[in-house]
Amino acid sequence: MSTEKTQRIRCTLNGRRREGTAESRMLLSDFLRHELGATGTHVGCEHGVCGACTVRIDGVASRSCLTLAVQVDGRGVDTVEGLARDGELGDLQQAFRRHHALQCGFCTAGILMSCADFLERVPDPTEQQVRDMLSGHLCRCTGYTPIVQAVLDVAASRNKNT
Amino acid sequence: MKPAAFDYVRLEDEAQACELLARHGEEARILAGGQSLITVLNMRLAQPSVLLDVSRCEALDYVKVAGGMLEVGAAATQASVEWRPGLAGEVPLLTCAFPYISHFQVRNRGTVCGSVAHADPSAELPLCLALLGGEVVLSSRRGRRTLPARDFFQGMLTTARASDELIACVRYPLRAAGTGYAFEEFSLRHGDFAIAACAAAVGKDAIRLGVGGVADRPTVVQWPRLPQRELETAINDFAWTLGAQDDAHASAAYRRRLVRQLAARAIATAAARAQGDTA
Repeated sequence: MSTEKTQRIRCTLNGRRREGTAESRMLLSDFLRHELGATGTHVGCEHGVCGACTVRIDGVASRSCLTLAVQVDGRGVDTVEGLARDGELGDLQQAFRRHHALQCGFCTAGILMSCADFLERVPDPTEQQVRDMLSGHLCRCTGYTPIVQAVLDVAASRNKNT
Repeated sequence: MKPAAFDYVRLEDEAQACELLARHGEEARILAGGQSLITVLNMRLAQPSVLLDVSRCEALDYVKVAGGMLEVGAAATQASVEWRPGLAGEVPLLTCAFPYISHFQVRNRGTVCGSVAHADPSAELPLCLALLGGEVVLSSRRGRRTLPARDFFQGMLTTARASDELIACVRYPLRAAGTGYAFEEFSLRHGDFAIAACAAAVGKDAIRLGVGGVADRPTVVQWPRLPQRELETAINDFAWTLGAQDDAHASAAYRRRLVRQLAARAIATAAARAQGDTA
């Protein structure tokens, strides 16, 4: 059996240099919450199905429960805590509030991180593309319709402003 | 859920991977995207003592066209293939299959070689590799060897990879002129494991059909361009040879029915696309 030695992990979390210690087997989701104290990222199924723990690793939306903490050493991680600027909600967050795209909010942190990556890559998505992206998230409150509306609303307003 | 303890090595290159695989053998697992492996680690279905992480080996993170094939290195993500601008012209079957592979967030990190290595009988990338007659390149201290997909996949989560070998890359043949391709799949929810999946390639003289999710590995059959009635009979006979089993998701009879439906649909779509290609 392997020895449970810990190692230093250095990463950039929401633009700030952070470091902590982790055993090799520590999942990124647990490292964020328990080691760095970033509890905005939620942990649901822990096998990649529910999407609650989705974060961005070097900009790319990924499951933090299917990533080891040691794998983000030297990388950039963005979580829901980074979406608001100077105490003001980001445009995605505002749209979610406007459209009632959350109720209990458990799934929301992960969904927002997926949407943030997706809209950078697909700035003018169809409803079908949005639904396809959201298929990687389980939400038991909303029925998804208001989430789809919020994402399309953000895309439309960003396109109007550019 | 927490994986059992293991040692972790961030690999520098293929040579180091081969060295450490030779030393640790079956105790070691290659970690690439981790989208299948970390799931089974979390559930403790696997408890390797060493994880060898190839995901940061730059020399293995590539997708390129060479020798009439699309070659995908061990560290290349599924997204890096899926978002390739020319993919629909290069390997149109992959363009058809990607939307069925789990979800956007998982394809972002999961690798093509990892899916092939995992060899889940319901996985789409092994099915496409088998249908197209692709290749798997295995690397060890003893050197490199290349296996055709039909020899590589040997059963449920079982492949011809020896315990000291790394899958260095896989190769998908580029589209053939005058050939149409299609992919059909049924699962309970979008992105779930396939209950049955069918891939088809239809050319001027031949029909190739591959089925995933039913037998213990992707299974491919080839026919001449049969008339409709004979084709239906051939598909039905083929469905019965797959050894479908009853399980919690579907009965064997239901799986055979899905194969008949999805195969007919995939072949018809591929044939129409082949027609469009020659016109």
